[in-house]
Amino acid sequence: MSTSFVSHQGGRYFWVSLAFMVLCIIIYAWHDPVQSPNGGTWYGYTLGTIGALMILWLLYLGKRKRNFANGWGTTKGWVSAHVYLGSSLLVIATLHTGFQFGWNIHTVAYALMCLVIFSGFFGVYAYVVYPSARNKVKKSRTRDDIFEQIQGIDQQLKKLVSDLPEEIGAMVNSAIDRTEFGGGFLDQLLGRDKSKVMIDGIIVNNNNQDVVVENLVQKLTLARGQETKDLASLVKEYGARQKLLGVIRTDIRLSAIQEIWLSFHVPISFGLIAALAAHIASVFIYW
Amino acid sequence: MYDIVVIGAGPGGLSAAARCAELEVSHALLESSPKIANTIQKYQKGKHVMAEPGILPLRSPVDFAAGKREEILDAWETGIAHHKVNIQYGAEAKSITGEVGNFSIGLVNGEVVQAKHIILGIGMQGNPRQLGVPGDQSDFIQYQLDDPDEYHDENIAVIGAGDAAIENAIALAKHNNVYIVNRKDEFARAKEGNLNLILAAIDSEEIGAFYSSSPTEVEILEGEKFRGNLVLSTNVGIEKLPVHRVIGRLGAIPPRGLVESFGIEFPSKDMSAIPALTSQYESNVTGIYVIGALGGYPLIKQAMNQGYEVVEYILGHDVKPADHGLIEDKFKALPYDNMEVDDVLTMMQERIPIFSSVNALLFRELILDSTVHVFNEGDVVFERDDYTNSFYTVLEGGIKTVITEDLIISSAVGAFTGEGSLLSGRRRSATVLAGDQCILIETPRRTMLKLIASIESVKRVLDETFIVRQIQTKFAPNTDIKELEPIASKAVINSYTPGQVIMKEGDEGDTFHLIRSGSVTVSNEVNGKELIRTYLPAGADIGEMALLGDTTRSATIKATVKTETVSIDKEAFEMLLSRSPGLREELQEKTKKRYQENVKLQGDDDSDGLLSFLMDQGLGEATSALMIDEDLCVGCDLCEQACAATHDGTSRMNRRAGPTHAHIHVPTSCRHCESPHCMKDCPPNAIQRMGGGGEVVIGDNCIGCGNCKQNCPYGVIEMAYQTKATSSFWQWMLFGIGLAPGKGEVLSHGAPNEIKKAVKCDLCIEQNHGPACVRACPTGAAMRLNPVDFAKLA
Ligand SMILES: Cc1cc2nc3c(=O)[nH]c(=O)nc-3n(C[C@H](O)[C@H](O)[C@H](O)COP(=O)(O)OP(=O)(O)OC[C@H]3O[C@@H](n4cnc5c(N)ncnc54)[C@H](O)[C@@H]3O)c2cc1C
Ligand code: HEM
Ligand code: SF4
Ligand code: SF4
Repeated sequence: MSTSFVSHQGGRYFWVSLAFMVLCIIIYAWHDPVQSPNGGTWYGYTLGTIGALMILWLLYLGKRKRNFANGWGTTKGWVSAHVYLGSSLLVIATLHTGFQFGWNIHTVAYALMCLVIFSGFFGVYAYVVYPSARNKVKKSRTRDDIFEQIQGIDQQLKKLVSDLPEEIGAMVNSAIDRTEFGGGFLDQLLGRDKSKVMIDGIIVNNNNQDVVVENLVQKLTLARGQETKDLASLVKEYGARQKLLGVIRTDIRLSAIQEIWLSFHVPISFGLIAALAAHIASVFIYW
Repeated sequence: MYDIVVIGAGPGGLSAAARCAELEVSHALLESSPKIANTIQKYQKGKHVMAEPGILPLRSPVDFAAGKREEILDAWETGIAHHKVNIQYGAEAKSITGEVGNFSIGLVNGEVVQAKHIILGIGMQGNPRQLGVPGDQSDFIQYQLDDPDEYHDENIAVIGAGDAAIENAIALAKHNNVYIVNRKDEFARAKEGNLNLILAAIDSEEIGAFYSSSPTEVEILEGEKFRGNLVLSTNVGIEKLPVHRVIGRLGAIPPRGLVESFGIEFPSKDMSAIPALTSQYESNVTGIYVIGALGGYPLIKQAMNQGYEVVEYILGHDVKPADHGLIEDKFKALPYDNMEVDDVLTMMQERIPIFSSVNALLFRELILDSTVHVFNEGDVVFERDDYTNSFYTVLEGGIKTVITEDLIISSAVGAFTGEGSLLSGRRRSATVLAGDQCILIETPRRTMLKLIASIESVKRVLDETFIVRQIQTKFAPNTDIKELEPIASKAVINSYTPGQVIMKEGDEGDTFHLIRSGSVTVSNEVNGKELIRTYLPAGADIGEMALLGDTTRSATIKATVKTETVSIDKEAFEMLLSRSPGLREELQEKTKKRYQENVKLQGDDDSDGLLSFLMDQGLGEATSALMIDEDLCVGCDLCEQACAATHDGTSRMNRRAGPTHAHIHVPTSCRHCESPHCMKDCPPNAIQRMGGGGEVVIGDNCIGCGNCKQNCPYGVIEMAYQTKATSSFWQWMLFGIGLAPGKGEVLSHGAPNEIKKAVKCDLCIEQNHGPACVRACPTGAAMRLNPVDFAKLA
């Protein structure tokens, strides 16, 4: 029932785009300019104009997707068209260059365009792969659900340590207080865990809560009688907490990857516009 | 002995007593609470009270205009003081004996008041259930909490386990030591949100809890730190809890039992029934009059007008009701210039049999709620597949019901139509066209439901008609209705609760069911597990194979929500077969198709339980449910932004909230139920079901009472101040200033004439091209589905 933008309307824009590319290639092969093919022939101008207009239209998606009251097509349809028609630029612009590259503003514009398009490819990959991967990791829970579960466990832990020696309580409480998420974008992307814990008055790294788990297990091996029981349930709860924290961290990492390409795609698009303007201006001035 | 005793000092009672005082009639006003108008006292502080319906003039010696709760209560206090109304507080009536001219009213405090006539204006709120233990009259025991911030550093016991108790306990726990006393061992009656809050608060020891405990006594401590001991009987014995305050939240006792004990009859057992009254508000007990909410009029102004009028009637004055002008206006376009309003009303009741048994007062109210249309021949009254659900009766001329192109049924004066959608919540099953010189009365759903609940004969006629018309359209389009009546009379209407089994796989059975309202799932047991095969909405038929010889049920049919079916047994069915040539073959063809489908369905079983999950979420009664495919959702939040941007800056959905199963997430958002629970109890009738898409929409005349929020089982209604979308895309995009698209600001937070009104999803009915959330989703994750399409999700 739910079809993604990739297969929107049976992949309508894929076929449109494919037909368009094939047509452009055929004309390219057929037309026989006086000089070698380049942007200056009639066909070169035509492709250049089409390409430039398409870039403007592709850029317009950023506005269109926020025109919420607009009745003209759905955002999904627009994204589908954006993705497939945007990809065809690769062919159109390349034909427009007539394969003439050099160290100049024209090639810079071309390169930037390619970067935008390739980042777009990664975007499509990310949009297709990561959401379901994240849902799987989270076992169909929302992040809020998991945070709630963790909070429940924290309460439980605080209760359990009240019967245990003070130093254990201090450690567990400080581990809870110093559990960290997110951080900078790079931390998210790399899944860095900056959680800390204070043990015997010293603050140490508590990556993946390992230090605390190890410490507790150590204590459990040495414990006797009732304390063994109490510690065992503490370790069990703490293990569950560790696991849930891991799920959240993985989710944050995956979502960072899922998003990262947009921080290239959009700024480079703006760069592309600047380069494109320079390219067009220079063509008219120096020609 | 007073001439008139008014019981209940709500708006109705106040107005009646003030009119007595104005006319110097000997009177008394008995009020059970310590202040006037208990229902209004219980509104939240500073609430802006609306004076709906705006077009109705006010007729009362005391003032009332839209305004703050406090101002209105002040005006009433001043009004009754000015007129020197003889009011007694703390005077709760508990019995009435005697007869007109000589009634005795027994009060809870033991006093007896004598009256010649009684006006009952005790409203519908009922009185709070008391603790019922020794000491429960002490002054530190209360049954209401106006402002939790009033109390600090007290030991407070809250008794009860419902939403009110939980909300009070949590609000009080901020500044006090709070204990909650629960008779059971869990909070089964609370809404999910409240349940989580209270459990968390108990867990973190912010609130102390006594489970399986009930109070047995309140010991009063004089001159000590605490004002009393609450004695509790618990699982582990007797406990004494020292307290400063006890708050009982044990619910209210509905007034019906009390009213019946006065000898006043209700026409049906249905809890929403209204006592039968004359057009002068007199009940079946001569000399006892009923006004206001108890008489079925749920708004303040109506109650006050009736208070005035009823006194006039008792004194034998002939006054026209205040709404007279309104009815006159309604009748303006009708060709009855030379007739009095009352005569037109009488004529209507005479002409239209289904209304003939309705008492005059109720009928008058029905007409006030209704619209009278004059149609030209051929005009469309409603169209097939429309989602409207009002009810039409024919006053003049006739109508044509177009069932199929060759099957058009004409009906004349007195006939009615539209009962199908009214009763089932489904789309219109036929188009109705106006005949020559046609005048129709259109009555809204809420009014009709009230009538059905109150008057047994209306219900019966509608049910019978529904059945016979259903049988005709389904099986015997060419047979005359008259011939089908004997069959229909053998049909039975059955009701099922959610999850109840209608028929079980493997059982023997030869009855056949038509689903009248609600919906069902069809499931098989495979390896001891229930696998849902499909979902069937109202209008579908089940069990027809049994009638053609195969009497072993091939699947289990279960109600997904509250469901009604019409069942026909084999004998009646044989009668139908004999009257309807070709029917047997037709049904055999259908059965064959169903067998074929069953074979096809063997493969796509609901192995991951998605359908069961959706049904457990109550989605069986949805017409349009928002869902998010988590395999496609990138969490960009465009859906919520779109909702906010198209609704003055406030989103009506909560993307993150709600349960998830496999890859399907059900966010909190209105599902536009087939029979919307929210519509049930809306005083100004502000919630409507729209035609085209079945959108359930809340109108501007909402008075902010919150009933709908309470009645919606899915928690999708918010009470909110009006906001305005104030973001600008270019400013935000280019300069990073202002609000992001889709964000809005509250227009005026709590300004004097602002009220929090009910808001929820309206399916973007004003945008004209479908829900903005779905349209804004870049990946196709957000969708709105009808349950019929759920199977395709798996
Ligand atoms: C939250 C909320 C908001 C609302 N907002 C509005 C609004 O903005 N505008 C509007 O028009 N309507 C509003 N309504 C509806 C309105 O409150 C009622 O229609 C109105 O109060 C009905 O008046 P009444 O006189 O019939 O009964 P009530 O106002 O219910 O008064 C009954 C009185 O009788 C007393 N009583 C009960 N039993 C006994 C007894 N046995 N002996 C003696 N006394 C007794 C009660 O203490 C009470 O004071 C709202 C309702 C609610 C719940
Ligand atoms: C020169 C070409 C392109 C330009 C200028 C461009 C520009 C943009 C812009 C401005 C946005 C809006 C981002 C936002 O506001 O959030 C966007 C989104 C996107 N683009 Fe491109 N794009 C180009 C080509 C492509 C190509 C070739 C693809 C894929 C093959 C692609 C895939 C996407 C995707 C998947 C989105 C995200 C849509 C969403 O989340 O709403 N783009 N692009
Ligand atoms: S508000 Fe609630 S009850 Fe009303 S239609 Fe929506 S989901 Fe159903
Ligand atoms: S709050 Fe709900 S029930 Fe009350 S008036 Fe508004 S729409 Fe109607």
